[in-house]
Amino acid sequence: MQFMLLFSRQGKLRLQKWYVPLSDKEKKKITRELVQTVLARKPKMCSFLEWRDLKIVYKRYASLYFCCAIEDQDNELITLEIIHRYVELLDKYFGSVCELDIIFNFEKAYFILDEFLLGGEAQETSKKNVLKAIEQADLLQEVRHLIKITVDKVF
Amino acid sequence: MPAVSKGDGMRGLAVFISDIRNCKSKEAEIKRINKELANIRSKFKGDKALDGYSKKKYVCKLLFIFLLGHDIDFGHMEAVNLLSSNKYTEKQIGYLFISVLVNSNSELIRLINNAIKNDLSSRNPTFMCLALHCIANVGSREMAEAFASEIPRILVAGDTMDSVKQSAALCLLRLYKTSPDLVLMGEWTSRVVHLLNDQHMGVVTAAISLITCLSQKNPDEFKTCVSLAVSRLSRIVSSASTDLQDYTYYFVPAPWLSCKLLRLLQCYPPPEDGAVKGRLVECLETILNKAQEPPKSKKVQHSNAKNAILFEAISLIIHYDSEPNLLVRACNQLGQFLQHRETNLRYLALESMCTLASSEFSHEAVKTHIETVINALKTERDVSVRQRAADLLYAMCDRSNAKQIVAEMLSYLETADYSIREEMVLKVAILAEKYAVDYSWYVDTILNLIRIAGDYVSEEVWYRVIQIVINRDDVQGYAAKTVFEALQAPACHENMVKVGGYILGEFGNLIAGDPRSSPLVQFNLLHSKFHLCSVPTRALLLSAYIKFINLFPETKATIQEVLRCDSQIRNSDVELQQRAVEYLKLSSIASTDVLATVLEEMPPFPERESSILAKLKKKKGPGAVSVTELEDSKREGGELNGGGDRGPDTSAMSASNAVSRHSVTSNLSYVFQSTPSPSADLLGIRSSAPAGTAPASAGNLLVDVFSEAGPAAPSAAVNDDGFLRFVCKNNGVLFENQLLQIGIKSEYRQNLGRMYLFYGNKTSVQFASFTTSVSCPGELQSHILSLNVQTKQVEPLVEGGAQIQQVLNIECLTDFSDAPLLNIKFRYGGALQNLTLKLPVTINKFFQPTEMSSHDFFQRWKQLSQPQQEAQKIFKANHSMDTEVLKAKLLGLGTALLDNVDPNPENYVCAGVIQTKGQQVGCLLRLEPNAQAQMYRLTLRCSKDSVSRRLCELLAEQF
Repeated sequence: MQFMLLFSRQGKLRLQKWYVPLSDKEKKKITRELVQTVLARKPKMCSFLEWRDLKIVYKRYASLYFCCAIEDQDNELITLEIIHRYVELLDKYFGSVCELDIIFNFEKAYFILDEFLLGGEAQETSKKNVLKAIEQADLLQEVRHLIKITVDKVF
Repeated sequence: MPAVSKGDGMRGLAVFISDIRNCKSKEAEIKRINKELANIRSKFKGDKALDGYSKKKYVCKLLFIFLLGHDIDFGHMEAVNLLSSNKYTEKQIGYLFISVLVNSNSELIRLINNAIKNDLSSRNPTFMCLALHCIANVGSREMAEAFASEIPRILVAGDTMDSVKQSAALCLLRLYKTSPDLVLMGEWTSRVVHLLNDQHMGVVTAAISLITCLSQKNPDEFKTCVSLAVSRLSRIVSSASTDLQDYTYYFVPAPWLSCKLLRLLQCYPPPEDGAVKGRLVECLETILNKAQEPPKSKKVQHSNAKNAILFEAISLIIHYDSEPNLLVRACNQLGQFLQHRETNLRYLALESMCTLASSEFSHEAVKTHIETVINALKTERDVSVRQRAADLLYAMCDRSNAKQIVAEMLSYLETADYSIREEMVLKVAILAEKYAVDYSWYVDTILNLIRIAGDYVSEEVWYRVIQIVINRDDVQGYAAKTVFEALQAPACHENMVKVGGYILGEFGNLIAGDPRSSPLVQFNLLHSKFHLCSVPTRALLLSAYIKFINLFPETKATIQEVLRCDSQIRNSDVELQQRAVEYLKLSSIASTDVLATVLEEMPPFPERESSILAKLKKKKGPGAVSVTELEDSKREGGELNGGGDRGPDTSAMSASNAVSRHSVTSNLSYVFQSTPSPSADLLGIRSSAPAGTAPASAGNLLVDVFSEAGPAAPSAAVNDDGFLRFVCKNNGVLFENQLLQIGIKSEYRQNLGRMYLFYGNKTSVQFASFTTSVSCPGELQSHILSLNVQTKQVEPLVEGGAQIQQVLNIECLTDFSDAPLLNIKFRYGGALQNLTLKLPVTINKFFQPTEMSSHDFFQRWKQLSQPQQEAQKIFKANHSMDTEVLKAKLLGLGTALLDNVDPNPENYVCAGVIQTKGQQVGCLLRLEPNAQAQMYRLTLRCSKDSVSRRLCELLAEQF
């Protein structure tokens, strides 16, 4: 996988993960182009598309689009399930995740992703093992403040 | 999970994020951010030392601001400080900041690397993982330098925790991708491969990505992974859905690992060990069988995971391309998916079938789905799916269904999405050319293309139709008639006018007998379009007019009138004006004979790779057009064009075109070298820059008409490659750089040869002191002179854009191995240029083909049985193994290709006699291809042993 982008229906980027070295300028250009392309697609359309020399695999969950760029020989369907597994992980961790969880806890979204995918490849596909790793990290936290934010749950 | 874990208590951060979200406008947001940045900056600069928590909070805010799309130019140092905190969350945020905002500031990298080094040696698995994640995320060369040797040790150490192993494997993969030279597996190789046997599925999942990447680069070192991968796969495939516990995903056991295992196997040919192969085939069959079983869940995740494995298995089956039974089953399975209600599956089935279409075992099976695919092209609602359908139609096209497919694609083109029109046009043009049995169909198709999608018809496409019409006299009349009819349309595309102008200018006489298309009618029709056209098209039309004057003397007065009018002869465009002036003058002063010679019909275009195919390749990028497609096109191209040079370098064109102008006085080209417009490239191939720009001063206008210098020169590989490319052909571009292009054309008879060298000055500046000399090195110049090369000196000045010619007379006295050398010296802008090239004079040029019966052949073969008379070489195929390509090469060699001689029809045998002044050397050749292994065995038996050896050397590089 070359990169993963999460963006909202309004085109706001919520998470970006790049597994290939690119300049900030290129990253912005790619993001702009892809967000536009994917948002222009109608529901029921195929989840895959050719883009430059890459294959784009995307799926929409409620208000969020999850979009991955993979190389020619990579498997589209399994990438779709990578997205789904990541959503499951977020869901389990946040307890019915919504876009706001990802906005306010963006660092957690990154940590979970790093446990699941590393260098663009699946590191650990077991849901239990990934969450165990994150929980252990959470146990190492010394102070915990409670923040209560009312959020409209979308999942 | 409790809500507590959602944040780790950075209240300030949450408040800040809320503030940003509450901003009503972009300006308000920027204002809020600037305020925050100023605050953070003052905190960082303040005298009071910040505690870890505050540092973490501010760094996190900076990160958030960066992720919103703003530039962050400070805070890096604070983030680096966090790395050495002993509080996990602070360290974690520090690493996240570094991962997201990499900075190549070397000072910082050193500090970061230090922190990583400490964490790696901390023996605390969570810290180690954080450090490894950071390396994997950044993956810079500096990090590779620092850690590439350390990580393999962590990866294979017996006491490393599983989670650390997983991170280490993928971290190493990332470093290998950025700096392969720094990651040396060496002694670790076998222990890394054995991670495939690891108890922990997560370790296997991570390690296999690394192993796959390393195997692609060093297949031999890693080949033991094949049997391990097969047994692992076999265990997964045969396991019950509950066996693998948490690695089962929606009732599918370990789908990610299965896909990766199948992917790894695609780096290798089928296993040689029968037992391993048997086990693998069993796995593949099981996977195909499971596709037919009722689903264990209605969830799309279940079917996606299952089908992901299925598609990967099919990719492997296609990769092996050796199990007809599996290939046909795969094809049937994909056939079912073609009508599946899931768009994703239809898309993937179309895509996967494209590759199946190129296998000889499944090509026919794919063709049975033609109706479904055509239907998909017509009815799919998603353009990306339609695109796949068009690709598949292109891939499954052959002689039997070409007319149907081309017709469908043409009709689809009328409504096709703009984004894919150009590519569709190229594909239709290629198919029409490849499978043209009758050329009228070809001409019709291309003209239809121009009519339907004129804007998308690139130059390559209309050049090509002209090339083909010029080379095939049986279609010229039809083409003239058809373009004449097409031009009747009140609004026709400019490309149609170009093709029409060119073809009527050349072949208008073929339809002039019909009063409805009499010369004047033709002319008036063309001229009615003139004013609506762009300058290049007008220039082309003017050339067509002068050709008309030659073809139809009765139009002379009318056309001269047109040329004479102010809008032509005083046109503000210098090219148009020049043409009008020159043509007018030419038509008034030249005698009919001169006119007829100057305006003679264009000589046939030498054969070369279809320029359209080259364009498609360029468009899709290297690798996008499959090898088979290229080979196909070469083979088919040959049929269409009647053989000849069709190597990837297809440069015979400009040289022989120049010849025709030299030897046949001059053939007025439609395009002048002084035309810098793209249309000047009609004769050029891929490059679009015209060769030179001769000054169009009024004084030498008429001279310019007759001046030579071929148009745009195709680029050819420089250096010795040039030499080997000419073993099986006689004409082409031998050398080309920024300044100079050297074309050769040669002919041989008996032991004599004549070589024409064409030196083209590609610049606009004169070459001074231009001298050439030919020397015969080594044995050639020894006391027994084996090759006698005579040459006359050339003129010392070569004008910018001009081309000069030199003739070499060659006599072969005795057989030889070395090649004569051509040395060229000249001054370009004061600097002396010196260049030495190997002249492609090889012993096989003096072959006389000899036909003989099978009986005679084997009798002689036996006679030449002394060991030194035979030379043999076994080598890997470097080029297409296609029959027609091979035959063309063997014929180009100069020998006779003997049919029905070898009992094995796959083999080729040839016979010929090499003529030298002193003696004749009989040569027999046998070439045995092994398509499966992609190898050849070449055997030569000659009456003189040195000849056997030399021919063997030369030929081993050709196939």
